[in-house]
Amino acid sequence: MTDTIAAEKAEALVTGKIDELLSGYDPSMDPQEFWGRQYDLGLAWVQYPEGFGGLGVSPKYQSIVQRRIEAAGAPTWNRQINLLGIGMGAGVISAHGTAEQMRKWLRPMFTTEDMWCQLFSEPGAGSDLANLSAKAVRDGDEWIVNGQKVWTTLAHIAKWGMLPVRTDPDVPKHKGITYFIVDMEADGVDVRPLYQITGEAEFNEVFFDDVRIPDEYRLDDVGAGWRVSMTTLMNERVAIGSRSLPRGSGSIKDAIRAWREYEHDDPALRDELTRLWAEWEALRLTVERANQMRKAGIPGPEGSTGKLAWADLNKAITAFSVELMGWDGTLYPGGYELHRPTEFEDSGSPQRNFLRARANSIEGGTSEIMRNILGERVLGLPGEPRVDKDLPWKEVPRG
Amino acid sequence: MADTPRVTFALTEEQEMLRQTTRQFLEDRVSPTVVRELMETETGFDAALWQSGAELGWHSLAIPEEYGGAGYTFAELSVVLEEMGRALFPGPFLSTVVMAANAIVLGGRDSQKKELLPGIAMGESMMTMALFEGPQGATTDDIRMTAAQDGEAWILDGVKKNVLFGHVAGTIVTAARTPNGLSLFLVPADTGGLNAEHVPTLDATRKQANLTFSGVRLGPEALLGNEGTAGPVIDRVLRLASVALSLEQVGGAQWCLETSVEHGQTRFQFGRAIGSFQAIKHRLADMLVSVEHAKSTAYHAARIVDDTDELLVAAPLAKSVCSEAYLRAASDTIQILGGTGFTWEHDTHLYLKRAKSTSLMFGGVRHQRRLLAEALGL
Repeated sequence: MTDTIAAEKAEALVTGKIDELLSGYDPSMDPQEFWGRQYDLGLAWVQYPEGFGGLGVSPKYQSIVQRRIEAAGAPTWNRQINLLGIGMGAGVISAHGTAEQMRKWLRPMFTTEDMWCQLFSEPGAGSDLANLSAKAVRDGDEWIVNGQKVWTTLAHIAKWGMLPVRTDPDVPKHKGITYFIVDMEADGVDVRPLYQITGEAEFNEVFFDDVRIPDEYRLDDVGAGWRVSMTTLMNERVAIGSRSLPRGSGSIKDAIRAWREYEHDDPALRDELTRLWAEWEALRLTVERANQMRKAGIPGPEGSTGKLAWADLNKAITAFSVELMGWDGTLYPGGYELHRPTEFEDSGSPQRNFLRARANSIEGGTSEIMRNILGERVLGLPGEPRVDKDLPWKEVPRG
Repeated sequence: MADTPRVTFALTEEQEMLRQTTRQFLEDRVSPTVVRELMETETGFDAALWQSGAELGWHSLAIPEEYGGAGYTFAELSVVLEEMGRALFPGPFLSTVVMAANAIVLGGRDSQKKELLPGIAMGESMMTMALFEGPQGATTDDIRMTAAQDGEAWILDGVKKNVLFGHVAGTIVTAARTPNGLSLFLVPADTGGLNAEHVPTLDATRKQANLTFSGVRLGPEALLGNEGTAGPVIDRVLRLASVALSLEQVGGAQWCLETSVEHGQTRFQFGRAIGSFQAIKHRLADMLVSVEHAKSTAYHAARIVDDTDELLVAAPLAKSVCSEAYLRAASDTIQILGGTGFTWEHDTHLYLKRAKSTSLMFGGVRHQRRLLAEALGL
């Protein structure tokens, strides 16, 4: 009974704030100003405490906020613009940061005034992220960072970066990492484009040469960086694996368009197209089921399979779309002009999408690592023996 | 395309309770030993078990209240079907409760529903449908047998193949061409001129017979509903049967996954549990993904059966995805179990046989994808 009253009160609070937000909305308003108001009213992340973009109520009310804002035609694409900040950074800062840190970073992140990037992978630390070797050495109230990161999405326009570095090489690899937020405009940060097989440079290499980070930009304890990194990665994988889409959208749409445009009628191709459609729909229904179960508080294994299934299927479907194009599939419209996008580019020509999809089973955790995670954490199978687990990091062979 | 209907996947409290009592009952009463005993008989069912199932309410779940049923929906029935698939439940449940009962509900006259449905709901009747005449039978186009009119009477001549529990059913609902199209007839098993011959099956837990109709003479009351109106009824029954099999497949595939995982945890080679090797672990992760996908399609289909347009998509979607997932899970389980998995003694082969045979019933995977392509306009 008291739960019902509390729920009614929470819903009334949320809808009241939404009314207030939307009554002040004017289509000519700068989106950043709108997002600022949304944040100040506690409608950025309703589950966060008041004063930090939230109202301290259950996260399930966020869907009401999104629906109402969309229905009013007001801007909702800040998450898309600042995916790494809003999609991953916010969760990490709220879980591991201090009130002061939340106050500093969350609002400009939400309004997209400050863009974010994630500085995880290194040339010598991909799947084995805990092996990272970019290092920070303490110097009074500051830390001095040296090293190199790679595959950093949008680093060239980011203001802030999430940066785990090695602070103690004498302990085993998981224990000697500390997590910082780095100002990407600081002296000694050098961002260089990394062109990928599509000719775009969504990613960058980032070099740190005696970069100074104040200790108040450290997230959680010294040596706790692995735990913080795991929070970030879990958020990332859930974000990739739980995007809910309408039936027949996404890459299968390209395949169906090509099927019709090229007037195919071959039964073998039709069977393959239908098989891919069915697999894609099964994935879509699984994401929908997982999202429902997660919201209902009864999450199951269906919530962990999305990233792996999506990666392999998207690769297969984008490859099939190009196959349907025949000789046209051998062309590359626009050519390979090297360029640097300023936001996520979700789609392009089928040929470009085919190439881009090759990364799906690598980025955000390779499919091999995802299978290990499903096997070990979801199915409860034993881990591989690890030769480096108890060795001090500096004694682990690498290369 | 219209908006895709959204279903609620979580079980209601009542459905969850039904799942628990069903699983408990099946674990207590339908052990692999029981399944194997019944598998070796020619009739393949146990009268006491059949009656107990009816007492638990399984048979009446989806029958309307006015005809002696409990008036629930296919969603409740689907919970029982999934558990039955997990336990390899032997007996004419699919043919009686899913197929014949729905044919009567959809096509029967009110008097026929009053006469026949309460018996099904109470577990007194075993029925089946005799539809197809050759190995590729999957749609109404494949039905060729004719019923000739002789005054008020109908005379049936022909052979119906692969009739599920056709030698056990007390009443057979069969399909034949009549002057105005396709019609269904209710044929009591003891009608003169009807002969049922049991044929051994790949999956010995689900029996089949070939039925020969030699001048079978039926009165006008044998016609289910009106003459020439059976086409849409049969179409719908086939789709419901496909969804029912998808749920069975999901239950069986989940058993395979659990069995393989347990083996991966407890079988040691080279000084390690074999599930710690990525060769095994990754195969199991892939099995998990495909079983979860299969569940989503089967649960979705079970919840939208009353939406006739969506069922055209959802039924072949579920049947094709679940068939492939089950076959792969059963085959991979044998591989992971090694020699043990290939023995008669281990239960996995019973699941493999279910997987293969259910994937073929009412049209195989490629047929299902043809139906799906048609529904999608591809």
